[in-house]
Amino acid sequence: MSMATSTGQPVERENYLNKHYGVGSWLLTTDHKRIALLYLISITFFFFIGGFFALLIRLELLTPASDLVQADTYNKLFTMHGQVMVFFFLIPSIPAVLGNFLVPMMIGAKDLAFPRINLLSWYLYIIGGLMMLHCMLTGGVDTGWTFYTPFSTAFSNTKVIEAGLAIFVAGFSSILTGLNFIVTIHRMRAPGMTWTRLPLFIWAHYATSIIQVLGTPVVAITLVLVVAERALHLGIFDPKLGGDPLLFQHLFWFYSHPAVYIMILPSMGVVTEIIACFSRKRIFGYSFVALSSIAIAVFGFLVWAHHMFVAGISVYAALVFSILSYAVAVPSAVKVFNWTATLYKGSVHYDAPMLYAFGFLGLFTIGGLTGLFLACLGVDMHVHDTYFVIAHFHYIMVGGALMGYLGGMHFWWPKISGKLYPEGWARLAALIVFIGFNLTFFPQFLLGYLGMPRRYADYSHMPEFQILNVFSTAGSTVLGVGYLLPMIYFLWSMRYGKPAPDNPWNAAGLEWKTQSPPTTFNFEEEPVVTWEAYNYEEIDAPHPQEVPVAR
Amino acid sequence: MFDNFPLWPQRASSTAGNVDALFIFLVIVSGLMTLLIFTAVVYFAARFRHRKGVLAEQIEGSVPLELTWSIIPLGVFMVIFAWGAVVYFHSRTPPRDATEVYVVGKQWMWKLEHAEGQREINELHVPVGRDVKLIMTSQDVIHSFFVPAFRMKQDVVPGRYTVAWFRATKSGTYHLFCSQYCGTQHSGMIGSIIVMEPAQYEAWMSGGTTGPLSATGEKIFSELGCVTCHRMDSQGRGPSLQGVFGKPVALEDGRTVTADENYIRECILDPGARRVKGFQPIMPTFQGLVTDEQVNALVAYVKALSPPGTAGTATKTAAAAATPGQGNQVQ
Repeated sequence: MSMATSTGQPVERENYLNKHYGVGSWLLTTDHKRIALLYLISITFFFFIGGFFALLIRLELLTPASDLVQADTYNKLFTMHGQVMVFFFLIPSIPAVLGNFLVPMMIGAKDLAFPRINLLSWYLYIIGGLMMLHCMLTGGVDTGWTFYTPFSTAFSNTKVIEAGLAIFVAGFSSILTGLNFIVTIHRMRAPGMTWTRLPLFIWAHYATSIIQVLGTPVVAITLVLVVAERALHLGIFDPKLGGDPLLFQHLFWFYSHPAVYIMILPSMGVVTEIIACFSRKRIFGYSFVALSSIAIAVFGFLVWAHHMFVAGISVYAALVFSILSYAVAVPSAVKVFNWTATLYKGSVHYDAPMLYAFGFLGLFTIGGLTGLFLACLGVDMHVHDTYFVIAHFHYIMVGGALMGYLGGMHFWWPKISGKLYPEGWARLAALIVFIGFNLTFFPQFLLGYLGMPRRYADYSHMPEFQILNVFSTAGSTVLGVGYLLPMIYFLWSMRYGKPAPDNPWNAAGLEWKTQSPPTTFNFEEEPVVTWEAYNYEEIDAPHPQEVPVAR
Repeated sequence: MFDNFPLWPQRASSTAGNVDALFIFLVIVSGLMTLLIFTAVVYFAARFRHRKGVLAEQIEGSVPLELTWSIIPLGVFMVIFAWGAVVYFHSRTPPRDATEVYVVGKQWMWKLEHAEGQREINELHVPVGRDVKLIMTSQDVIHSFFVPAFRMKQDVVPGRYTVAWFRATKSGTYHLFCSQYCGTQHSGMIGSIIVMEPAQYEAWMSGGTTGPLSATGEKIFSELGCVTCHRMDSQGRGPSLQGVFGKPVALEDGRTVTADENYIRECILDPGARRVKGFQPIMPTFQGLVTDEQVNALVAYVKALSPPGTAGTATKTAAAAATPGQGNQVQ
């Protein structure tokens, strides 16, 4: 399906972008769509900071010796790369941008349930982000994003407290977003929008919100305990003060494992929408895909100690957490099979969002299957804390989550901006990202099995690791170009792009039944839903019967 | 150039083959699953690509199909789990007659001390074919003892002992890495495991030493005055340590613990924590008064008071491999 050309509508319809002008109308807005754009700008800023750190890391590892930066600097680089990417990019990415923009529209609501709390959550994110920036500019932190004790509480002489508090504050932004989504999805659905008619994007965000609300407070408490031990010498984690260092790991991973699902579930939601649209089909096994999101959210809370198989936990605990980790792999597999089955007898289009969805499928499959290696006790004791782990979680969190995010940005960009992006460039960028990503991270699986430990600034005693590291560094520059391109042509399209029609993809879903870009309150009249999700049969029917229209 | 481009790590321990076999199995299983999914995606996407006038055929889904692709993967996962558990269990259960080496990690070096008294830094000499048990602790932050050629890794945690073991199968020099990030020189906390033929090893062992570790421990035991209360004849104010190691100990609060390395260590550093039934809380703590190496020597001495072969510590390598072993020891 090619993008429809301009429909000849008047150029300047009133919409959420042009209704008010001025800085105040943005900084004090309670419009979920404007807040989504505020988030988009802020997380893009942090993405490029985190990406810059990543490139420096890769450049340092191009040669075995620690020659580009000193060991201390390297340690700060990978720490802040992780903290910025996890807490200030990936966790807010899809929920705070696409979720904020789309959740109300997809369920036929005017806004989120608590518009002011939504704005508050952006301000909390910004306060946390500024604290993090200040921390980085005044010396940084070198604990690893994992803050392991007693290193973080008693040995590191960097700005641990400031980084911890920055993440603590940003955590509340995440909690409030989750809370807002849960209430909105329960209370604000349009008439006729039953639970089984919800787009699966909504189910994915509902599951994500549960994790945000239940999990984030635990990491907040943990960081407060780290600060308390570091500042006040309360004995919690440091054995010299009577504490238990493994307690920290239990508390930290109780949040930080489910946090991976905060990153990947929304991405799965995006990919579900894209695959349905570009196969022109109802999603295969709607209820299984919906329930698998909830199953992932619930089981995700029961597997945290698989990060600790060699940390000194008992053999029996390791057995339990290994078997539970396999349990959480089943719903992820079910999703992959359902997406694949959706293509069967479809009418498949190859527009840019779909290419990103294919990329997601490929990278997520590899990331998920290598997770089986790490959940396997006998293999984990060799590959734990090596580059195998780095490769695995980048396949999930960058390959999966970021591919989904970019796919979603392309899919909904016409709705968000009212403009069409250049399709050729977008397809090219998808290809470059896919190739660059595999070139960067696949060699790291091999490095990991060879035994290269993570977080090594210097490997001059192990020159045998160099060639694979060179591949990886080369790939990272390709990947960098792939990520830069969309930013350039999205910005370009805002000024020079063709105006987007209301529904350029002929997609199902209420967000496409309003104008592009939407008005401040999304719909001129409250929509009444009388159809199932993904009713592509009716949309594509050659002689449409009475297709219900929202407005 | 390609001499320097290995794709498979060296294999030099009795565990390495087991881990590799499991790994290869996983590569095959996940390779087949990847192939299945990729083929299906590519085939469907090509076969059912958009054609003018051809509409997609709507399919609701299929419960039998959903159950099939839930249950079959779950079954495969359980096989992987069980195999992985067996390999892990084996590598976490040190044979009872293993040679013991005490390891102390600190920023950024490894200190190793053989039970026979040899001390080494960042190097460990071991003979081919002998079971070696590592009793490890850290002086500061968490480290991790990782020998890729042995497929062996265990975090080294301050404030307690963790245990690992291996049996080297091929002489040579192998990397020892710290794999848990531990600060500035984390990537410099590396060393070598030097596996020698038994004859060479004996020659190396006969080099200068201060005597067995347990003898050092005995000396510290009397220097610190431990001996005044912990008398051999059970008449002291503290419990006699004769034959205690590896046996159950009844505690004042009614519980019973096994007197393993971690318990002996705790009794020295925090005597009140788990006090032996029938004794007064009069022992002072030695926290800060003894170094980790001295605690290791004391533990070795207490162990030497319970010679192998006495009840409870009988050598049953085969049984040990299949049973969880003793309390905290197998962590």
